[in-house]
Amino acid sequence: MPEIRNYTLNFGPQHPAAHGVLRLVLEMDGEVIQRADPHIGLLHRATEKLAESKPYNQSIGYMDRLDYVSMMCNEHAYVMAIEKLLGIEPPIRARYIRTMFDEITRILNHMMWLGTHALDVGAMTVFLYCFREREDLMDCYEAVSGARMHATYYRPGGVYRDLPDKMPEYEVKDSKWHSADEIARRNENRKGSLLDFIEDFTRRFPGYIDEYETLLTDNRIWKQRTVGIGAVSPERAMQLGFTGPMLRGSGVAWDLRKKQPYAAYDEVDFDIPVGVNGDSYDRYLVRVEELRQSNRIIKQCVDWLRANPGPVMIDDHKIAPPRRATMKNDMEALIHHFKLFTEGYCPPPGEVYAAVEAPKGEFGCYLISDGANKPFRLKLRAPGFPHLAAMDEMVKGHMLADVVAVIGTMDIVFGEIDR
Amino acid sequence: MNALRNYIKSLFLLELFKGMSVTGRYLFRRKFTVQYPEEKAPVSPRFRGLHAQRRYPNGEERCIACKLCEATCPALAITIEAAPREDGQRRTTRYDIDLFKCIYCGFCEESCPVDAIVETRIYEYHFENREDAVMTKDKLLAVGDKYEAQIAADRAAQAPYR
Repeated sequence: MPEIRNYTLNFGPQHPAAHGVLRLVLEMDGEVIQRADPHIGLLHRATEKLAESKPYNQSIGYMDRLDYVSMMCNEHAYVMAIEKLLGIEPPIRARYIRTMFDEITRILNHMMWLGTHALDVGAMTVFLYCFREREDLMDCYEAVSGARMHATYYRPGGVYRDLPDKMPEYEVKDSKWHSADEIARRNENRKGSLLDFIEDFTRRFPGYIDEYETLLTDNRIWKQRTVGIGAVSPERAMQLGFTGPMLRGSGVAWDLRKKQPYAAYDEVDFDIPVGVNGDSYDRYLVRVEELRQSNRIIKQCVDWLRANPGPVMIDDHKIAPPRRATMKNDMEALIHHFKLFTEGYCPPPGEVYAAVEAPKGEFGCYLISDGANKPFRLKLRAPGFPHLAAMDEMVKGHMLADVVAVIGTMDIVFGEIDR
Repeated sequence: MNALRNYIKSLFLLELFKGMSVTGRYLFRRKFTVQYPEEKAPVSPRFRGLHAQRRYPNGEERCIACKLCEATCPALAITIEAAPREDGQRRTTRYDIDLFKCIYCGFCEESCPVDAIVETRIYEYHFENREDAVMTKDKLLAVGDKYEAQIAADRAAQAPYR
């Protein structure tokens, strides 16, 4: 008899189910995982260090690129930290816009998660449907900020620009693929403002969620692949530092939007779903319910924003640049403009921590200022990191194919883990 | 009773057929694919794509070499050198944007006090070698000249918001 030894299997970093550049070294006994050792750092870009070398505002764009499927939530944490440091409060309309776009971001993120998770587990169709919805939401991103993903839209003291009154439309009149009638039909929900478009989306979206649920929730293959996989008890989930749907899936009703409301979350009505068993299936159900709740929040924000026009940026030109028309006609405004875009602003010395409930969990931003125009130190708390650290515990004793399901359920994005 | 119901559900693959009816309906529904080269997705006037430098209607270049964009660029993608021109005006002698470094945040356009550097709605461009990724002043002005009508219309549409 030859001696039987454990296999060591290298999973990733180029494996399509590894969601980016995750490298897992798996010690296997046959097809059963004995030990999983995640190797990180392949997407390290030194964002924290980079932020120390530029004025505060210039790092906003880099926050988008941390968790590159929930862009505006990352910006929100960073911008909130700066606002805390400066002791300023954005206008109420900006807070509502932020709430709305945080929830749009949550839907974007959960759509991405649902699609790829289902694809990993073997359901192709959901992936295609999810990306169709993402397309609409990315159009909202583009309409408001000019970029489909990396928005750079939130600023300390508010948001860059107000919501547009006109939604961009399909411009081709007719092509060999679609008649003019069909293209006109596509443009139907784009006739009004951005808010009309979003409202139309919130009307359609619950129907789409029902479709995903029809495809997955009762599906026996989906259940066989997710029920009982990667189960974490509530106590253990808290010990491991889980946040977001990973924690709520285990049955702990913890949500920063409720526990320490920021933006306009204390003024909108929503529920936080919790799971029971703490397995992949429960986390799936929690996230799907979160989609419905996000939809509810967006609807309330749309109604509020429609009824309450107003400024979206604070009127303090030491922090926010003056309007362009003023800048071109007024010497003092021009000086403010030059000062802001070269030096920026100098917050008082101090330390702050600001956290938002990003789609993946608590995304925090710890900022130390020494009174200069650049942060002395920026520390980012990425929710994915503690989740990934629990990989070994979650997959131990499961089969190789379940590793893919666990990676999927963790909703791992390497931009934020490696930073 | 419940066990029997579950047994029947599982025996006749009910949930699988339900799922297939969703996909089956999509088979006959109107397709939402945008056939790219002929048709294009909507582009917002706020879109931040390829850079361009603009001119005044009289043909004079707008850029006055204040270097605000260079100072505010988070990725340090802009390099400017300036000198007085023959007529004594201060102008750039070199204005390079490295498109590989650029993160398309739009800060250059935001900072420009004379609306010289803009990010247009062009997103279809390519390079055949690495050197081409550096947009020199001539290239930027050429893009600006070619698309001036579009650029001006987009800026006008955005003026109330900025």
